[in-house]
Amino acid sequence: MYGTTPVLDLPRFEVAQGERWLVLGLSGSGKTTLLHILGGLLRPTQGTVVVADQDLGALREDALDRFRGRHIGIVFQENHLLPTLTVEQNLLLAPYLAGLPQDRARVREVLRHLDLEDRAGAFPDELSTGQRQRVGIARAVMNRPRLLLADEPTSSLDDVRSARVLDLLFREAEAIGATLIVTTHDRRVQERFERRIELAPPVSA
Amino acid sequence: MNLFSLSFSYLRRRPLLTLLNVLLLALGLATIVVLLLLGRQVEDRLTRNAQGIDLVVGAKGSPLQLILASIYHMDAPTGNIPVREAQAVMQNRAVRQAIPLSLGDSFRGYRIVGTTHAYPQHYGAEVAAGTLWEAPYEAVLGARVAAETGLTVGDTFAGTHGLSAGGEAHGAHPLRVVGLLAPTGTVLDRLVLTGTETVWALHGDEAAGTHPGDGAGAAAHRPGREYTALLIQYSSPMAQALFPRFINSQTNLQAAVPAFEISRLTNLLGVGIEAIRAFGILLIVAAALGVFVALTTALQERRYDLAMMRTLGASRAMLMGHILLEGVMLSLAGTAVGLLLGHGAAAALGARVRQAQQMDLTGWTWVDAEGALILLAVAVGLVAALIPALQAYRADIARTLARG
Repeated sequence: MYGTTPVLDLPRFEVAQGERWLVLGLSGSGKTTLLHILGGLLRPTQGTVVVADQDLGALREDALDRFRGRHIGIVFQENHLLPTLTVEQNLLLAPYLAGLPQDRARVREVLRHLDLEDRAGAFPDELSTGQRQRVGIARAVMNRPRLLLADEPTSSLDDVRSARVLDLLFREAEAIGATLIVTTHDRRVQERFERRIELAPPVSA
Repeated sequence: MNLFSLSFSYLRRRPLLTLLNVLLLALGLATIVVLLLLGRQVEDRLTRNAQGIDLVVGAKGSPLQLILASIYHMDAPTGNIPVREAQAVMQNRAVRQAIPLSLGDSFRGYRIVGTTHAYPQHYGAEVAAGTLWEAPYEAVLGARVAAETGLTVGDTFAGTHGLSAGGEAHGAHPLRVVGLLAPTGTVLDRLVLTGTETVWALHGDEAAGTHPGDGAGAAAHRPGREYTALLIQYSSPMAQALFPRFINSQTNLQAAVPAFEISRLTNLLGVGIEAIRAFGILLIVAAALGVFVALTTALQERRYDLAMMRTLGASRAMLMGHILLEGVMLSLAGTAVGLLLGHGAAAALGARVRQAQQMDLTGWTWVDAEGALILLAVAVGLVAALIPALQAYRADIARTLARG
C-alpha cells in the first residue's frame, strides 16, 4: 500500500531515450507502484519524475492526463480493452482520449505490425488471450509515445510466449524510438535487458 | 471515436437494461402527455362550445345533464318544455337572445337539432355549400356529418327516433339536404340542423298518424309543441345574479349556468386527473431511479474501463461527461418514445372512444407544456447520472489498476 508508509524509496536514476530497462522485484516490492509513478498515474509523496523533459509533478491533473495520453504508453498485465468497442475502435480511443487526430492509417499500420490486420472488426471477447495482449500493446504504441511501460507482461506466459511478447515490445519500442521499461518478477527475462533496477523485497509482511 | 459513440456503445452492450430504462421513462412521460393533450383539448372544447351562452333553460333535472345535453350534445336531455312557458322566458327583459333547441331524432348517430338560424350564427358558422334551411324537411349538415356520411346538397335522408344510431326510421318523411356548413371546430360540426317545425312535424304528425302535408302550418297549430332547451344570452351582466334563481323558483323550468357546471365537472374530473398525473410522475421517478441504479452498478463493472480511459489520456471531466451523456441519452430516448407513445395513445383514444370522438379529440397536436416536459425528462436523466458521474470523476485510477 502506498500512502503514509513509504513502500518505495529509490535513489535518483536516469534512463536515456530509447533504452530498455527492467524493474525486477518480488511481488509487494513496489514494482507496480513505481510503474504507476513513472506513468503519471500516481504522484510520489516525495521526489520528482521527469519524462521527456517534463516534470510530471508540475502538471495539473488534466494536463497530466493529456501528457500521459500523448507521451506515455502503458501495457498492463490484464489488458482491459473496452469490451463494448471493436479492436479498431479500441485503438482509435487512444488518439481520441489524448486529443490527437484519429488516424485510421496508423491503426492499420499498428495492426499489421502486430499481425492483427484481420481482427480490426472483432470485439475483445472474440479474441484469444494472445491476440488481446497484442491489441493491448498496439493501443499503448498507437500515439507513438516517448515512454513505453509494461507491467508484468510475461508473468502468466510460458517461455515461448513470454519471449514472443518481449520481442514484440522491443520491436515496437524500437519502431517508434520509445524508451521501454518493463516490470517483472520473472527472472527468465532479465538477461535480455541491458539495464535494470532491482527493488528490495518488502520490509515486513 | 467520440464521447457519443463511446457512451452509446455501453448502452448497446446492455440492450435489455437500456430498453427497460427507456420504456419506464417513456411510460411516465406518455401518461403525462396524454393528460396534457386531452386535458387541453377538453378544456378548449368545453369553453369554445359554451362561449357566449350565459344560461341554459330546460326541463327540471340534473343541471349538469342539461348543460351536457344542450350545449355539448353528449348526454340525454332532461326532458322537454312547453313552448308557452319557454316563450315567457324568451321575452323576459333580461334575455337578449334565446336560441331554442328541439332534440329527439338522429341520423347515423348525429343528432338532428330543430332550431333557428340564430344557432349556427351564434358559432359564426359559414355555409360552405347551398343555403340554410327555410322550409320544413330541409336540413343543413355540419362539416363532420357531411364528411362522414358523404351526403351533399340535394340528397335526402331519413332520421331515426332517438339520439343514438339504430332507432326506428322516419322512412316516410325524408329530410332534404339544402346546405353544408364549413368546419367551425365546435359542436355544430357533428349536428344536423333543421327548423324547429321540422322536428315538431316529424314527431307530432307521426304520433297522430297523419301526413304533415305541406309543412309548418299544420304542425304549428298542434297542441303540445315543445322545445328541449333554450340557450340564453343576457342583455346585461346584472341578470346573472337574479335570473337563474327566478327561473328555478318561479317556473317549472330549470336554469343551469354553463360556467358553473363546467367548473363543477372539471373539479370532479380533477381528482381523477390528479391521480393519473401522480401516477405518471411516479413512473418518471421510478425511471430516474432505474437510470441511477443502472449507471451505478455499471460503474462498478466499468471502473477498470474508466481507469483505462484515464490512462489513455481522458481527463476526469471527460469521464464525468461520458457517464452524464449516457444518462442524457437514456432520457432523450425515453422522451422521444414517450412523446410518440403519448401522442399515439391520445390519437387512438380520440379515434376509438365514442365520448372522445364527440369531443373531436386528436393526438396530433402540440401542447406548449410538452416543451417543459422534455426539459424535465432530460433533467431527470442528468440528475440520475450525476452521482455515478461524480464517482467516475473522483475514482482513483492507480488504486483501481493496482487492484485489477
